[in-house]
Amino acid sequence: MERRFVYMDYNATTPLRPEVKAQMIEDLELYANASSLHEAGRRARSRIERSRSAVAELIGAKDPERVIFTSGGSESNNTVFATMFHLGRTGGRKGIVTTKIEHPCVLNAAKWLAEEGFPVTFLDVDEYGVVDMDQLKQAVGPETLLVSVMAANNEIGTVQDIKAIAAVAKAAGAYMHSDATQSVGKIPVSVDDWGVDYMTMSCHKLYGPKGIGGLYVREGCPLEPLIRGGHQEHGFRAGTYNNQGILGFGLAAELAKTELEGYVERVGGLRRRLRDGILAAVPKCRVNGHPERVLPNTLNVSFPGAEGEAILLSLDLEGIRVSTGSACASGSLDPSHVLMATGVGPELAHGSIRFSLGRDSTEEDVDYVVSRIGPIIARLRSMSTVSY
Amino acid sequence: MSDAFAWLYSDVVKEHFTNPKNVFNPDEGFSHNAEGMTGNIKCGDQMLFMLRVEGDVIQDVRWKTYGCASAIASTSMLSEVVKGMAIKQAYNIKPNDIVAKLGGLPDNKIHCSVLGDKALRAAIDDYLSKNGRSGEFRNEGARIICTCLNISDRDIEDAVKGGARDWNGLQERTKIGTVCGGCKEAAEELLHEYVHIFGDA
Repeated sequence: MERRFVYMDYNATTPLRPEVKAQMIEDLELYANASSLHEAGRRARSRIERSRSAVAELIGAKDPERVIFTSGGSESNNTVFATMFHLGRTGGRKGIVTTKIEHPCVLNAAKWLAEEGFPVTFLDVDEYGVVDMDQLKQAVGPETLLVSVMAANNEIGTVQDIKAIAAVAKAAGAYMHSDATQSVGKIPVSVDDWGVDYMTMSCHKLYGPKGIGGLYVREGCPLEPLIRGGHQEHGFRAGTYNNQGILGFGLAAELAKTELEGYVERVGGLRRRLRDGILAAVPKCRVNGHPERVLPNTLNVSFPGAEGEAILLSLDLEGIRVSTGSACASGSLDPSHVLMATGVGPELAHGSIRFSLGRDSTEEDVDYVVSRIGPIIARLRSMSTVSY
Repeated sequence: MSDAFAWLYSDVVKEHFTNPKNVFNPDEGFSHNAEGMTGNIKCGDQMLFMLRVEGDVIQDVRWKTYGCASAIASTSMLSEVVKGMAIKQAYNIKPNDIVAKLGGLPDNKIHCSVLGDKALRAAIDDYLSKNGRSGEFRNEGARIICTCLNISDRDIEDAVKGGARDWNGLQERTKIGTVCGGCKEAAEELLHEYVHIFGDA
């Protein structure tokens, strides 16, 4: 196949949709401060509240007021953990239960609470990256303040049973938080059906702009602002409204909701095509993550005998953009904490590649990747000290 | 547009990564009389050097590497550099010599080239050992770390290979830093590096 450029790193970020981009360019004129009382301010505010409704609809939240706009997933997650810090240090429950495969912003926020004297449990996952429910039930008790489990994993795509996990948290009287950054816009998300008290969202994973995200907070659940100041977002998140970001988020959310069903089917089909193609093209590789309970766009494959950064750069030279769980690519000495938690061992973790597809991916893209991956792995294996 | 900016590494690294020199090919029938391996899969890098040495000169070399692009490139570059070189001179090649020839490496990639010279020295040691000359170059190019007790980087390397994993373990084996203690920082840095390379071999 002729050389082409293929972007398969949609879990890292997505391109801005043309419709959202056009809308945002137009909305650059909407400069008024949405807190201003004059007509221009009220007009901006009204558009922002419509965006809030669109985001609320995408996540099945009946009351749009329960959605707070933030700068993104990391801020939303940190706001929840900072809230738990304030709740826990004044007495009462202090236990935090999370998992070993969370995004670094949750892991590091949880480690911060541990340093502050909060008992923190990092739950194990099985070989597919699924949370151990027995361990969860053991860990959650009358001292538990918060259970925080990501809805779907960014590296391997495994989708957790948040409804069942939330039921355990609620039965113990604990708050339930889920980082749904990788789920929103990719699989059906419903805060009420799942029973979460807090849920994190990010806009740039669903073809909207960067620097804008959201946090769902159930009515009656406390929230301590991370950024103090004015009365924006009901005082939960100060700072002048980010008009363009919020409006872009609203449109991206609206489009994502309309297209979700078609997305799951079409992108899911491409993922299967890619998976089957790679398995046929490369001997002795292994698909990571759950075989069924997985994001429709995420395919994580380990290529033993070849190292991830070398694979990534070889693909890059062919115009293909992917990610790896190799230590060499991260600048640390340890490979992916997610893959290590699934017990695949260091060699498979170092040799892992994440292909994440998106709404612009095509069958031609998939076939091109399949045509290039075989020779690349064969070449690296032929140079390797490990034989396959 | 310069590839140095368009790509993660220098043009030289890219060339050696995409067209590595002297890679071992089992169909080629390469005959060698010494080999050495270092690193391990667990840490993400492993290198094997095969040498054909005649009259203490490296006549030809082949290698294999499990590792990232810069590991592959630095092994390839090293293999070019040592061809035709006296083993004693080759034994003294420093990682920085290779890094310089590659046009530089990002800081977090320097250890990839550190592995190459270790595998090469292991191969030369293998040659010496097979010829009843074990340890002949032991102090070639060694750098004294603990001046009070005359303990070199090689001694630290040997201690780690012998099982030392932390400062206490290193002191038990070498007595390093038990006089003035001024070398502790430098020694711990080496200790950390060697534990990474040899720790789980």
